[in-house]
Amino acid sequence: MTPKTIKREDGRNYDELREMKAKVGVIKNADGSAMFSFGKTKAIAAVYGPRLLLPQHLQNPEKCTLRCYYDMAPFSVTERKRPGPSRRSSEISYVTKNSLSHVIKLENAPNTVIDVYILILQADASTRCAGINAAALALANAGIPMDEMVSAVSIGKIGDEVVADLTKEEEDFTIEKNGKIEKAATDIPMAVLSKSKKISLLQLDGKIKKEDLKEAIELAKKVTDKIHKIQIEALKQIK
Amino acid sequence: METSILTKKRIEELLEKGKRLDNRAFNEFRQLEIEYDISNKAEGSTLVKLGDTQIIAGVKMDLMEPFRDSPNEGVLMVNAELSPIASERFEMGPPQINSIELARIIDRGIRESHCIDMKKLCVKEGEKVWAIMVDLYILNADGNLLDAGNIAAVSALQTAVFPKINEENKVLFGEFTKENLPISSLPITITSYKIDSRFLMDPTQEEEDCAKARLSTNFVFDDKETYIHAMQKGGEEPFSENEILEIIDESMKQGQKIYNLVKASIDKHNKSK
Repeated sequence: MTPKTIKREDGRNYDELREMKAKVGVIKNADGSAMFSFGKTKAIAAVYGPRLLLPQHLQNPEKCTLRCYYDMAPFSVTERKRPGPSRRSSEISYVTKNSLSHVIKLENAPNTVIDVYILILQADASTRCAGINAAALALANAGIPMDEMVSAVSIGKIGDEVVADLTKEEEDFTIEKNGKIEKAATDIPMAVLSKSKKISLLQLDGKIKKEDLKEAIELAKKVTDKIHKIQIEALKQIK
Repeated sequence: METSILTKKRIEELLEKGKRLDNRAFNEFRQLEIEYDISNKAEGSTLVKLGDTQIIAGVKMDLMEPFRDSPNEGVLMVNAELSPIASERFEMGPPQINSIELARIIDRGIRESHCIDMKKLCVKEGEKVWAIMVDLYILNADGNLLDAGNIAAVSALQTAVFPKINEENKVLFGEFTKENLPISSLPITITSYKIDSRFLMDPTQEEEDCAKARLSTNFVFDDKETYIHAMQKGGEEPFSENEILEIIDESMKQGQKIYNLVKASIDKHNKSK
């Protein structure tokens, strides 16, 4: 990859993430919990389980069931968001579950359930990625055996540049084309597994060529290493 | 009925030999048929048959107040109903995650491809804009609802016409103009399903049940260069970078073929009107 020199609105390099903070054990009642933030985006996650799954007919005798719930606090965005689930939050909960379940040894605890609750306190883009990072930490904090760690980041393309960790402002970037204002940012949330470097979350909206997507995947692999380090540091702080 | 372990085993054994239960190639789609004007009360409607999978898409339009953050743009809504009419796996009740995800993937493909010029759907800025509502009804579910649903939705949109309105900007329901919607392209979604280490396109329900992961990619083939406008990974197994790039290459090839088929069918229908 050729080194790029573009500076972004907030002075970051193309591969520079916003300041990350991670803290484990933020909710005492939960079996595991964590907070993770990218700049102004802040997520907390709590894990309860493995515990017996009830009602009984939902139980899977072969393996543990993983359930994820993504929720945005009404005050996490500029205009109040109506509390409760939406079509958007259902979809994010579902892709979050898919991004995490492969690394958990679910066959260890048949008939049980692990519930992962994610709450977004402050939103400035990449909320699903912050949520996944917090959830992975919370699962580790709960002592649930995992094959590898999950680290998520949103890679974007603004104009012609592929950059890491978009802010809301960058996500809404527009250009003028033939007198028309067009949305010109592409958003690609991805989750990368720490050892195998496989991709367990991939969504995309915008407009991108295959070659740029390849660059985006490579950038995601590179920068998730930094996220992984922050996660490991946070886990070492557990007393 | 759930696909039995024996059937799944048979499908996997055959895949190892490079074969499928119905003798198709791994990247081969089933026969595609599109019927138009399924309901004469709708602004546009189609029935898409992809093998034994059948989906109806209906477009209804109305004038409404625009959203506050886009006062001069129309509104698009896509909804999918997995009604018990289509499969014994579907149940009555509030929408489940599979129908929400289906609708949102199709919605994202149409929205992000910018195929509809939303600004042309503005009647009076800040007061009245057109809302386009696409409702998908699965009539018979036999796998690959994603790709078939996308074809149904975009072909219904491409053949839909504006309803008439009076001087007070009220819709005269049931009366139609001859004007088509401001649509410039035909976005196509192609999904690859991963079974063991192989990738399959357009699976039947039984094949889909064997898959551990899928990747949907939405392309626009109308322009000189082909861009990706939306993607979604489904299922629990992760993909490697190479797998993703391989899937995109193959999806682009097969997508172009599907695009040609759908485009020809729509053009033929619009000409006959």
